[in-house]
Amino acid sequence: MAKGVWIIAEQRDGALRKISFELASAARKLADQLGDEVGAILLGSGVENLAAQLGKYGVDKVFVGDSPALEPYITEAHAAAAAKIIKENSPAIVLLGASVQGKDLAARLAGKLATGLATDCTDVKIADGKLVAIRPMYAGKCFGEVVTSASPQMASLRPNVFAMAENAKAAAVTKFDPAIDAASIKSKVLEVQKDTSGKVDLTEANVIVAGGRGMKGPEGFQILEELAEVLKGCVGASRAAVDAGWKLQKDQVGQTGKVVSPNLYIACGISGAIQHLAGMSSSKYIVAINKDAEAPIFTKADYGVVDDLFKVVPELTSACKKLVG
Amino acid sequence: MNIIACVKQVPDTEAQIKVKADGSGIEDGQIKWVMNPYDEYGVEEALRLKEKNGGEVTIVSVGPARAMETIRTALAMGADKGVHVSDPALDNADAYVTASALAAVIKGMPYDIILCGQRAIDDDSGQVGPMLAELLGIPQLTLVTKLEFTGSSVKVIRPIEGAQLSIETALPCVVTAQKGLNEPRYASLPGIMKAKKKPVDVKNAAALGISTDAKTKVAKTIPPPARPPGKIICGDEPAQKAAEVARLLREEAKVI
Ligand SMILES: Cc1cc2nc3c(=O)[nH]c(=O)nc-3n(C[C@H](O)[C@H](O)[C@H](O)COP(=O)(O)OP(=O)(O)OC[C@H]3O[C@@H](n4cnc5c(N)ncnc54)[C@H](O)[C@@H]3O)c2cc1C
Ligand SMILES: Nc1ncnc2c1ncn2[C@@H]1O[C@H](COP(=O)(O)O)[C@@H](O)[C@H]1O
Repeated sequence: MAKGVWIIAEQRDGALRKISFELASAARKLADQLGDEVGAILLGSGVENLAAQLGKYGVDKVFVGDSPALEPYITEAHAAAAAKIIKENSPAIVLLGASVQGKDLAARLAGKLATGLATDCTDVKIADGKLVAIRPMYAGKCFGEVVTSASPQMASLRPNVFAMAENAKAAAVTKFDPAIDAASIKSKVLEVQKDTSGKVDLTEANVIVAGGRGMKGPEGFQILEELAEVLKGCVGASRAAVDAGWKLQKDQVGQTGKVVSPNLYIACGISGAIQHLAGMSSSKYIVAINKDAEAPIFTKADYGVVDDLFKVVPELTSACKKLVG
Repeated sequence: MNIIACVKQVPDTEAQIKVKADGSGIEDGQIKWVMNPYDEYGVEEALRLKEKNGGEVTIVSVGPARAMETIRTALAMGADKGVHVSDPALDNADAYVTASALAAVIKGMPYDIILCGQRAIDDDSGQVGPMLAELLGIPQLTLVTKLEFTGSSVKVIRPIEGAQLSIETALPCVVTAQKGLNEPRYASLPGIMKAKKKPVDVKNAAALGISTDAKTKVAKTIPPPARPPGKIICGDEPAQKAAEVARLLREEAKVI
């Protein structure tokens, strides 16, 4: 019988990513309901020392696959290693992050294990001893409760949605041989070009200040940078602003950009087209600043200001500065 | 070069989605159907590869009879031929079944590169590309924004959180497209006329010899959680409104 709730931890450059702790915390809750253990797969080269950190968030056992072939991340190598240890232990549930890497690995692995996968879930629960994965569909216009009949039941969880909860466990380490056949690896990472801005990715940001066509031009974004600086957040953009060349593609929020879930999303000069809402409506709090009282963004906003953003945003920056120091 | 582009027909992004009262799915009567926007990037890239390197572009789609329109759209953009897998047994196909059907079709033809969208905007699952690659036993490169064909391999740019990767992969492989890869062309009028005469092979599930038993089921479809009604912040001066927003974010929402 398949037993246990497992996660596949995500690390980069020898550090666990935040999503790994979100996964561990979510897995712990599910495992407690089932009376099961939480297992974690940790893959990379020289990563064994990271196992203890997973224990802090409720992981009982860590299965470490260590090999130079697992660094940097290559789909075929990671999928092969994860599939091997999963087949040997048959966990009932396997959770990954819906990060770029997590989504890439999850779908390949589900294919390898001939099982089902629910992508980018915003909630997970147990009903009748099985995982029920709740996920937005049609760009968040409805939600589906997904049940997988095959084993393991797999789901990838949207970053920034699941709370991290400390819950110290032993995190007993088992090393396994990932047994990667070098000949089966057809891809090679030639270059990694790091973003030097020092900012986290939009998908991992707690605060996003986003601008649209109402910013009038690339210079307009400067006032958003200043507000983001005070709130320790990142600047995002609508497609109109990206297509105009004011911001980069990586900054685009929406159906053909990124799906984000910050605690706070401040939309400035963005009308709130349905394709934009698709990317940000799972934000916890939404502020809209727009001079058009009829703009659809106000239907999603917790706090709306109908006024000229060029007047409001600098005032908001100084008001926030006073409060957050 | 033998290039394959997988396309799915999906509701237009503007479509209102209404959940059926019994939660068994969505009302699909009033929907306008279009090519998945990410597949437009895939088809465009396929056409550019062919224009530069010669060869043929084949469109493959799994879907009901209406999906033929989307295949014709891709043919009108310039693709050469199509395969339409159409079978009521596939109405509840999940990613695994869809990938199995695509793999069964593609196994029977020559291929160097397969383009998919990074995700379909109806199920938003982003699984079919990687599953297809797995079932064919070939590598995958997902979420690609730049693709270069070298003769025997492809080099791509793949943005990840906080970095851009440059990756090289041997052919054949599956590439999934996202915005930034190219600007998809529109079908021209002569293109639309020509597309009517291009061959489309229609197949059913039995001809492919695949299992149509889905691994996942959407047990219940529910409307999105309602957001509590928002507050419009009143005041005479921008400074006053800004101060009130800051106060609410601090004291009520507790997010700053
Ligand atoms: C297939 C498809 C995919 C798409 N994907 C995306 C996507 O991923 N992301 C996305 O954002 N869009 C996407 N779009 C585009 C979307 O439909 C809208 O065109 C776009 O979101 C509009 O951007 P905007 O709100 O910045 O511009 P507009 O709609 O032009 O809105 C500008 C707003 O700024 C306000 N404004 C102007 N000046 C000021 C001022 N001084 N002070 C205050 N307010 C001011 C105006 O009142 C207006 O509401 C997509 C469209 C399609 C068809
Ligand atoms: N029914 C289908 N027919 C053809 N291609 C599909 C189908 N479903 C998905 N795809 C391809 O796989 C991509 C990802 O889809 P999905 O995994 O459903 O989000 C799409 O952009 C298409 O390229």
